[in-house]
Amino acid sequence: MSGKESGYLDMELLRFTTAGSVDDGKSTLIGRLLFDSKAIFEDQMEAIERASIRSGGEDVNLALLTDGLKAEREQGITIDVAYRYFATPKRKFIIADTPGHIQYTRNMVTGASTANAAIILVDARHGVLEQTRRHTYIASLLQIPHIIICVNKMDLVDYKEEVFEQIKADVEDISSKLSVKDVRYVPISALVGDNVVTRSEKMEWYDGPTLMYLLENLHIGSDLNRSDFRMPVQYVIRPQSKEYPDYRGYGGRVVSGSLNVGDTVKVLPSGFTSKVKTIDLFKDSLKTAFAPQSVSVQLEDDIDISRGDMLVKETNGHEPVIGQDIDVMLCWFNDRKMVPRGKYTLRQTTSEMRCMVKSVDYKMNINTLEKDSDDLDVGMNDIVRVKLRTTKPLFFDSYNVNRNTGSLVLIDESTNETVAAGMIV
Amino acid sequence: MDKYQINHLRELEAESIFVIREVAAQFENPVMLFSGGKDSIVMFHLARKAFWPAKVPFPLMHIDTGHNFPETIEYRDNLMEKTGARCIVKYVQDTIDQGKAVEETGINASRNKMQTITLLDAIEQEKFDAAMGGGRRDEEKARAKERFFSHRDEFGQWDPKNQRPELWNLFNAKKNMGEHFRVFPISNWTEMDVWQYIYMEEIELPSLYFTHKREVFQRDGVWMAKAPFMQLKEGEKLEMRDVRCRTIGDVTCTGVTLSTANNIQDIIQEVAATRVTERGGRADDKRSESAMEDRKREGYF
Ligand SMILES: Nc1nc2c(ncn2[C@@H]2O[C@H](COP(=O)(O)OP(=O)(O)OP(=O)(O)O)[C@@H](O)[C@H]2O)c(=O)[nH]1
Ligand SMILES: [Mg+2]
Repeated sequence: MSGKESGYLDMELLRFTTAGSVDDGKSTLIGRLLFDSKAIFEDQMEAIERASIRSGGEDVNLALLTDGLKAEREQGITIDVAYRYFATPKRKFIIADTPGHIQYTRNMVTGASTANAAIILVDARHGVLEQTRRHTYIASLLQIPHIIICVNKMDLVDYKEEVFEQIKADVEDISSKLSVKDVRYVPISALVGDNVVTRSEKMEWYDGPTLMYLLENLHIGSDLNRSDFRMPVQYVIRPQSKEYPDYRGYGGRVVSGSLNVGDTVKVLPSGFTSKVKTIDLFKDSLKTAFAPQSVSVQLEDDIDISRGDMLVKETNGHEPVIGQDIDVMLCWFNDRKMVPRGKYTLRQTTSEMRCMVKSVDYKMNINTLEKDSDDLDVGMNDIVRVKLRTTKPLFFDSYNVNRNTGSLVLIDESTNETVAAGMIV
Repeated sequence: MDKYQINHLRELEAESIFVIREVAAQFENPVMLFSGGKDSIVMFHLARKAFWPAKVPFPLMHIDTGHNFPETIEYRDNLMEKTGARCIVKYVQDTIDQGKAVEETGINASRNKMQTITLLDAIEQEKFDAAMGGGRRDEEKARAKERFFSHRDEFGQWDPKNQRPELWNLFNAKKNMGEHFRVFPISNWTEMDVWQYIYMEEIELPSLYFTHKREVFQRDGVWMAKAPFMQLKEGEKLEMRDVRCRTIGDVTCTGVTLSTANNIQDIIQEVAATRVTERGGRADDKRSESAMEDRKREGYF
């Protein structure tokens, strides 16, 4: 690292997403966070003041900071993810504000798939709803490492402790059935600003941290898999120039673990091994590369390697599974139903192949969080467990161990649309 | 930070390089749009990093309105010579001469909107299947909604209500004949990130970004530069001031900032202290509440 990178350039990046039912106050909360942390510019503020008046509101509607599409402003709901950014001296934040409406669940999953943390809002007046359950379940499926349940609109229930405690108990009931690691609870009012950035004086009974404090202090250092080296090859770099006649680098992103010059790596699917000759990033030669760096790796031996192959280290306990039959949890996104025994294009890491849905094992009942093996019809927003058969071997880890090598999407070959997200069991 | 951690700028860099390599791998004939502004300069720098020591495996393309600051063109030509990259230049003037667009008239006339026609024409002519742009989500509220890989129909249009889900880092580049993609490798960068990165990487910039003396006048609260094709309204008068550009677009629609910052560190401090967004000075965005969304739907950058 050069000297320029220490000091004020040295911040951590935290990605978080909002979730929860329609109108629970997600966009308002993000507006409040941005406003109270002074991340809103004067011209943006003037613009949303004008827009608030035009839509007939009395006060400034902070949700308009993320609801930027014409259709969203007309309907007063969020339709697609909006990305917003702010920084405090400690961290830079990337926020994905996602829609609560069930019709746009796919956009919620889009925003949540890369998040370190999810803020799930619950309207204090309505408590846990079906969408709260669905989003909590999706957050656990996606293995979002940190979940913060914000009980919002406390101003509308006289800031009563019992309301907060009841909702907390209801959510605990759900989360005990799911695999979520780190769950926190904060009573807030996004509209007024209680416990968002500043502590509320109206809820003396709450002695936990504010939402902002949590976001700044969540421990994210161990969110990535740091032990199993995996690098899917994206692009083979061959300059064939006078200066570099024999350079042959494998360009890719280290998705987990780390790699040193001199290490022995194994190439999948061929199984050949070789030693690492150089690791390059532009004009810098590195001794070590680690997740999530993008680098170019040269090997000692001439092996036939192309896009879709994967470099892995065999020194570790885990090695990827290689196989053509996989068990997957699927979220279905499309209004065209899944076709039994249908064929789809499957993308995982940098490889693409065809696959067939061999069987549907069960569908999750979102209300009871129980498995339903009777109704196996798969439509929009269903979450199901399926068996897929691929046309060529896939190398993967289970999603729980490695988010990057265990995730996949299905594409409908007739419409080119991404119709499902899958997590390999 | 521990040994196996990188800072926010390095993480953004790694993400952008990943996206650029995906474009090179998944498309047959991609192009990178280059305006000569800081965002496209950073994007091109990232592309060089992505393929080094090989050359960038796609051309750049500049949609030239003819209303540029001369410094931009000079910088562009120098950069191409130094890096050995190829830059295709398409002229809005040609689009006008072919009768495909009519020059706006009046005092606020701008060629900004016509760029879309020239751009879409160029994509069709050259059969580009992907065009990378330096748009950032923090710039504007419609941009905040954009995917990394953004699908365009055969008319080059964007349908913001019906975007493909984009999960993890799995980008779906499938399309029918005649359709194309816009890809935004620096989606997640803020203005501050861009400046800090320029500082860290010691990237050279056009002189326009640093303070210089220039004849300017005020219009709707924004300082504008004097240029041959700019007409003054009544009451507007030219003054010599110390200014710099915060963004570089057309002379007709880009405001300049009063500033004495002559190095990147000073600019970073200025950006940290400023209370208006960088597009706050751009007349093209001020036309209406949804000016950007409307232009993007039609196929703007
Ligand atoms: N009284 C009160 N009202 C709130 C609070 N938070 C949000 N609201 C109101 O609740 C309504 C919905 O807020 P939004 O922020 O748009 O809700 P959302 O969760 O983003 O909705 P979708 O994105 O469409 O799912 C608005 O009228 C807000 O002003 C709160 O803390 N107290
Ligand atoms: Mg919303």
